[in-house]
Amino acid sequence: MAEKLMKYTDAVAKYDPVFGLEVHVELSTNTKLFCPAHIEFGGEPNSQLTPVSLGLPGSLPVVNKTAIDYAIKLGLALHCDIAEWSQFARKNYFYPDMPRDYQISQFDKPLNGEGYLDVELDDGSVFRVDIERAHVEDDAGKNTHLGGSDGRIEGANHSLVDYNRAGVPLIEIVTKPIAGAGERTPEVAGAYVRAIRDIVRALNISHARMEQGNMRADVNISLHKKGEPLGTRSETKNVNTFKGIEKTLVYEIRRQAAILEDGGEVLQETRHWDESKQATAGGRAKSDANDYRYFPDPDLVMVHVTRDHIEELRKQMPEMPRERRARLKEEWGFTDLQMRDALNADALDLIEETIAAGAQPAGARKWWLGEISREANERGVSLEELPITPQDVAEVEQLIKSGQLNDKLAKQTVSGVLSGEGKPSEVVAKHGYQVVSDDGALEAAVDDALKANPDIVAKLQAGNMKPMGAIIGAVMRATKGQADAKTVNKIVMQRIAK
Amino acid sequence: MVAMPTFTREEIENLGRLAQIALTDGEIERLKGELNVIAESITKVQEVAGSDVPPTANPIPIEAYLRPDEAEEPLSQKEALAGAPETEAGMFVAPRILGEE
Repeated sequence: MAEKLMKYTDAVAKYDPVFGLEVHVELSTNTKLFCPAHIEFGGEPNSQLTPVSLGLPGSLPVVNKTAIDYAIKLGLALHCDIAEWSQFARKNYFYPDMPRDYQISQFDKPLNGEGYLDVELDDGSVFRVDIERAHVEDDAGKNTHLGGSDGRIEGANHSLVDYNRAGVPLIEIVTKPIAGAGERTPEVAGAYVRAIRDIVRALNISHARMEQGNMRADVNISLHKKGEPLGTRSETKNVNTFKGIEKTLVYEIRRQAAILEDGGEVLQETRHWDESKQATAGGRAKSDANDYRYFPDPDLVMVHVTRDHIEELRKQMPEMPRERRARLKEEWGFTDLQMRDALNADALDLIEETIAAGAQPAGARKWWLGEISREANERGVSLEELPITPQDVAEVEQLIKSGQLNDKLAKQTVSGVLSGEGKPSEVVAKHGYQVVSDDGALEAAVDDALKANPDIVAKLQAGNMKPMGAIIGAVMRATKGQADAKTVNKIVMQRIAK
Repeated sequence: MVAMPTFTREEIENLGRLAQIALTDGEIERLKGELNVIAESITKVQEVAGSDVPPTANPIPIEAYLRPDEAEEPLSQKEALAGAPETEAGMFVAPRILGEE
């Protein structure tokens, strides 16, 4: 059943969205939060378990110090109040992916209390997102539902459970209700989650790969009219792509606005984002099924971190992504647009390394965002996964500078490296790439080209420069691409002037 | 004076449902009595704890030991699955889940 939707621009003109995000980040510790089971993505099912991660009777959790330190670092990055004393609590619910029938989380005494994050939007403006808390908890296992015709839970005959992920440390970052973003609500949400990803990567506390489930978000949103009380919210669970988060908000704003416009009531419920239908779908209504009966976990006493230790961690904090970007932009002399392109292509580190290897900023940017990005898109892989390194790109730039390669040969060299022919020097040697700098040979090639195209010569002499490309093309063919286009141009101009 | 909470029949039924425990009428009546005795004891404690007594989060005056992030030998898959009533492809078989996520 298709739901009624209001046009987005109308919806945000009539109603103010208020939203909140709960972002879960899996920490990249070596072992789980409460037991020394090694964590590895993609291992054999149920091979990374201890009695604790299986919740076997009599097993007792022991807190991983590194997980707490990672969480404190994130707390520092988000300007949170960090509690010297925090406490783990049991969140009780029944689901087969949770072997204990409770999740160990934090409730009234989280490690990281209130904070904020300033996120930069595409136009360079800054939006402050207030953080309610960032607490530590353990992840659940993974269910595979079998037997359903459409792979969804309804209709499944039984589920298979792999508990490898159970017990992996998570930080859940909860925002305060975010108001005032208006029509830019999806953009603010996307920028915020990307900023979180960049921060946890800079801190090196998570792999932060959304496609591997290292990061996922619960998206809460409600609409209300200015001056009226807040509306009823929906909660869309486990959205695991940036685009999904943005589209969930657009969809929910349109859907809720249509309901309110018809005088209806928005149901407080849990929904999920359906990528194939590009829509959110209702799950169950929020009821006392969400009464988790939190209580302090009697198996765990309070976690104590001293002010001294927090200050010690503060000293280890790397430069934060936003500051780093501002510094690099300045150093490299990039425009806003160039910087954003580099960011969106995830090429900042690569460009930085290429410059460190000796290339000029403009050259490094041109390669990574041009030829190499195109190749990555075609192959559907990230830039890092391609068989070309920053050192290779710097070498190609060096070959251009020394005059051995022109633009065309440089492109062929890069393409040779990308297709696995070896380092740039090897590709150049293999194909004998070398700009023809022997003017005599070039002049001869130009003369041949001009002789073969008297009509073009006439046009050129009449001041119509359009067919120049045809002559340069012919010379390039004759020299197998090894001519310098500028030199050819110069010779042609000399010849037609005679 | 702190008002004494009393458990109603509905509350006990709700707790039973949340804990997924089927309760008979007799059990509900018995639990109601027992829980109200406990609630009464807690009320007494609350009366004694005046505003001059700081709230205690945990009665044990020690802090958690934080272990180093070092891996130890995990259970083998066979050991991990040993207690499962049914397994398939190295995984636990769980009954199908209705409606809830």
